This record gives sequence, structure tokens and C-alpha cells, in this order.
Amino acid sequence: MDEIAMISFGYFEKQLLDAVTMRTEQAFSARISWKEGFLDLGDYYDPSRRQYDGNRILKVIDERFGVSKGKTIGLLSIDLFIPILTFIYGQAFLNGRSCIASNYRLSNERYGLLPDETLMHNRFIKEIIHELGHTYGLIHCSHPDCVMRSSTYVEDIDQKGEDFCPNCKSNLIHFPE
Amino acid sequence: MVKQISILIVDDEESVRDSLFNWFIEDGYRVECAEDAKQALTRLESSEFDIVLADIKMPGMDGLEMLRRIKSLRKDSIVIVMTAFATVDTAVQALKDGAFDYVTKPFDPDDLSHLIRNASKQIHLEDENETLKVHLSSLENVENLIGNSEAMRRVYGEIERVAHSAAPVIITGESGTGKELVAKAIHANSPRKFFPMVSVHCGALTESLLESELFGHEKGAFTGAMYNRKGRFEMADNGTIFLDEIATISTKMQVELLRVLETKSFMRVGGNREISSDFRVICATNKDLKSMVEAGSFREDLYYRLNVVTIEVPPLRERLEDVPVLVDFFIRKYCSAMNRTVIPIDDAALIKLQDLTFPGNIRELENMIERALVVGNGKRITVKDLPFIKDSQGSSVESLDELEKGHILNILIKYSWNISAAAKALKVDRVTLYNKIRKYDLKSPR
Ligand SMILES: [Zn+2]
Ligand SMILES: [Zn+2]
Repeated sequence: MDEIAMISFGYFEKQLLDAVTMRTEQAFSARISWKEGFLDLGDYYDPSRRQYDGNRILKVIDERFGVSKGKTIGLLSIDLFIPILTFIYGQAFLNGRSCIASNYRLSNERYGLLPDETLMHNRFIKEIIHELGHTYGLIHCSHPDCVMRSSTYVEDIDQKGEDFCPNCKSNLIHFPE
Repeated sequence: MVKQISILIVDDEESVRDSLFNWFIEDGYRVECAEDAKQALTRLESSEFDIVLADIKMPGMDGLEMLRRIKSLRKDSIVIVMTAFATVDTAVQALKDGAFDYVTKPFDPDDLSHLIRNASKQIHLEDENETLKVHLSSLENVENLIGNSEAMRRVYGEIERVAHSAAPVIITGESGTGKELVAKAIHANSPRKFFPMVSVHCGALTESLLESELFGHEKGAFTGAMYNRKGRFEMADNGTIFLDEIATISTKMQVELLRVLETKSFMRVGGNREISSDFRVICATNKDLKSMVEAGSFREDLYYRLNVVTIEVPPLRERLEDVPVLVDFFIRKYCSAMNRTVIPIDDAALIKLQDLTFPGNIRELENMIERALVVGNGKRITVKDLPFIKDSQGSSVESLDELEKGHILNILIKYSWNISAAAKALKVDRVTLYNKIRKYDLKSPR
């Protein structure tokens, strides 16, 4: 668990990036590195769905940006889908090298509510830790507070914490690196 | 530990397979994929899956045809079909052909999770039922022996252990614990199962009747013996004879019984030739035979003859965790006998039942359920239908007023609160009934 490479594909505020760094660092006791990535996301746009293909984006990020030692996460702010699902917040290779997360659907405004920046940041951080958790081999957890709990709607994300439950934490520690 | 559910995904599109594979792997399922129906059917031959998630539109054999084939092989398999074309026709056809449910692509992530979770729940339910029966799995024809408590599992284990031998068995336990059911289970699982099990309730018969019942009699052996009659020992040839309430037999019968057990032969009453019979003997008693031996009221030699193996059936109060399954069993039994739909029982009522001590054991519980079904409103069994259960464990004596109130209420419910009909049934006039309703503050549900 020595390095987590965070690659932003899009614009994120510094305040958000700082918070993400700090909390991801804590969650995985890992060193975080930042990089800006460039991809022509238009290649992954599906006009019939007006969304971006998360599977293909994950694949290309893994191929082009995946670090050899450690994990890579691509941060996006576009609407992601996979063929079978109407939308996703993120996607990971279970026990693999890379994952992606998007904050597109995480803001209150999208649901007609008053903006709440802190809330959006918290949601994004939880999703980032969640997807990274998958790359470390963690599967969905039924513990109500655990960040590895599967969440379909933002309300679900709000209900869980950003930490691993004791069980997931011990699994995390026992993964050989 | 909950077992891991396995899912087989069948879809000709790779991206769909991959997505579903990842999705379910992350949810902790065991997942495999097949590209088409043919491949799926081959997979299903070699390994079992709890859930098959299949696309309807596939080249070659389509999902509907595959569904029919899977169902013809294993009726209880759970198949969920996926369709990108949400036509009602294919979905309805799939459900008709036995699909568990269907989803239209792309799914709302929540829908998909729910669907699989529901299917898993069903699988776990079936598994639970399986575990309830698991200790009977190798035992046959014992569906009436109910319960998965530690105490009952011990009994099942003993039944299994003794079933194959020809050794005599004594089944002990209080009245109403189901000793005869245990005897039946032993017989049904023994090599003798194709021959009869003959039961004799020794306590119900006088000495001379019991003698002729057991050994048979020749025509004219006594007044009323108009025909030759085979005795129970003879009828039990190659099978099992079950002697219930063995402690009640007279000293003379004890001697005769001992002789029969030793020689496996006997004479009919009034007869003069030896008849031999190959039977296994199983006895039951609610008495402590050992202390009867010590007190001299039961022959020691007979006791040791009979008592090769003892199985003790636990009283219900020592296995109250079995009450829910027993209740369920009796509800089904009586509803089916009364030709009614099966109704549920309230949690509160169930909890009350589990608080009882059941001096009458299973028989008492069975009577309670039967009664509750007769007097209840037919929708569910509630604490009200079990009026003999008091909050305090103490006295179960009802006051006359309570009895009257309960009875009037039952009748009112029975006649859907038609006062005239209820009054008529109660043999009082309407005014009297109205007064009682006011007195007891009875309220119609509407
Ligand atoms: Zn996840
Ligand atoms: Zn967890």
C-alpha cells in the first residue's frame, strides 16, 4: 500500500483535492500523488444515452495511466454509465490496479436541492475510498456505516461513513502488497 | 454462516457480461458467465448455480427456450431474464414459463440489486427449510416429527442409530411428546419398513382383551370369539410391534410377554399350536420403568429384555424453540383438514406460546392451535384466539365473565357482527346481546 496515484480528468477545486488527499491518505495509510490527465472523453460518449461509458474509460485509464506499484484512481466529473446500469458513480477492477469515480451525480443541485459543497465533497471522498477499496480486493459490505456498503443513491452515500468497518479494515490490512 | 450465492450470467454481449460480472463480484456473489444458451446449459450440467440471469434475445437458442429447458431439468431453479426490449409479451411469457422475474436493460442499479437480493432470500429460506429437515434427510416418512432443536436432533440421531438393528427399543417421555411418532420413524427407516408396524395401546385394554389382542384367538376360545383371529404379534411378522404404555400391563402379561420375546413364538388364546413370528418390539412409557422394577411392580428380566436401547423424547418445554415450526405445521394440518386457506399467527401470539410450560406437551399445543382456528376470525391467529394464555404465568382459570365475553366475541365474529344471527346462535334475544356487547365493550372491527 505504498502509493495511490490520483489523476484528475477535469477541473476540481483545490479545497476538494486537499480534502481528498488527506482522507484517502488516512484511510489507506498510503502516499498520495497527483497528476492531471488528458483524455478525449468524446470517444467514450454514447449519444443515445448521453452518458459516458465507464467500462471503457476505466480500461483506458488503467492502460495509459496505471502505476506499476500501487493503485490508480481517475477522478471525473461526467455522467458515467455501464451497459447494464442507468448510471454509476464509479467503477473499479476488483483486486486490480485502477478505478474511477465521478462527482457528476453527487451534488444537491442535481436533485433540485440547495447546494451544499461540504456534503458533495464528503460524498465524493466516500466514493473514492469505496472504489479504491475495491482495488484492494474489498467487496460490498453490509455494515451500515462502512464505506464499502454499496450505495445506489446519494442518500445511501450520506448514510454511510467514510471509514472501513473493523471487518473490512482487517481484510484491508491482510491483503498482501 | 450464510452460504455464498452463485450466479450464472448468460448474455451474448461481452460488455454486458463484464459489467454484470463486476457488479455481482463486488456484491460478494460467486459469478460465472456464458456467451450463449448452449454454453450455459453445458455449464449447468457440470455445476450448480443458485440464480441464472439470462438475456432473452440471443442468437441461436433464445433465453425463453433456454428457460424452458432449465425448468424442465430443475423445476426449482431461479431464472431471471433480461431484456433490452421491454415488450410485455416476452416478459409475461418468461414469467409463465417459470422465470423468477425479469429486468429491462439498462437497469436501475437498485432494481437489479433488489431482484437478486429477493432471489437470494428465497434461496436462504429454502435452505432454512432444508436445514430443518437435514437431520431427517436420511430418515424417511417422518414428516410428522417436527423440530430442529438440539434436543430433537439428538432424538433424530438416535432414531438413525437404532433403525437398522432389530434390537428392542424403549421410548420414554411424558404424555403428548410424540413417542409413537418416534416409533413410526424407527420402523419407517428400518429394513422392516415394507412390512407392517402394528400398534397396541396396552393401557386401554383389560388383561384378557390385551391377551387376545396380542396373541389372537381360536374360534370359540371364549364367548364372542366367533372366528379365528390373528393376534398383533402375528400381524407384525417381519415388521414391528409397538407396545404403548407398556408399564400398565399386568404381572401375568409381563410373564407371557417375556416368553414371547425369548422364543418369538406363542399360541393363540384357545389354540394348541405354536405360531412363530419375526417381529421387532418397540415399547413406550411415560413411567419410570427402572423405579417400577425397584419397587417390584415391573419384572426385572422383562425390563432388561426390552430395554436394549432407550430413546428419551424431550418434553415441549425443553424445546420451546421448536414451537414456531410446530405451530406452522399444525396450522397447515388443520387448515388443510378444514379445507381453508392457511393463515398466519401473530408474533405476539407466538411469543406467548413460547412462554408456556405445556404440561400436555405437543398434544396440548396441537389442541390450542386447532381451537384457535375454530374460534378465530379466519384471518390470523392472535393472542385473543388463545384465551387460556394469561399474562401472568400463574392461574389459567378464566372468570365466567371472561369466558362469556370471549364466547360472545367469537360468535359475533363468526356471524360477521350480524346481531340477529349471533343472538340466535347464542339463544338470547337481541336486546340481551346488545346489553352484553355494551357491558363487555365489544367493538366491531368496522
Ligand atoms: Zn462498490
Ligand atoms: Zn465493511
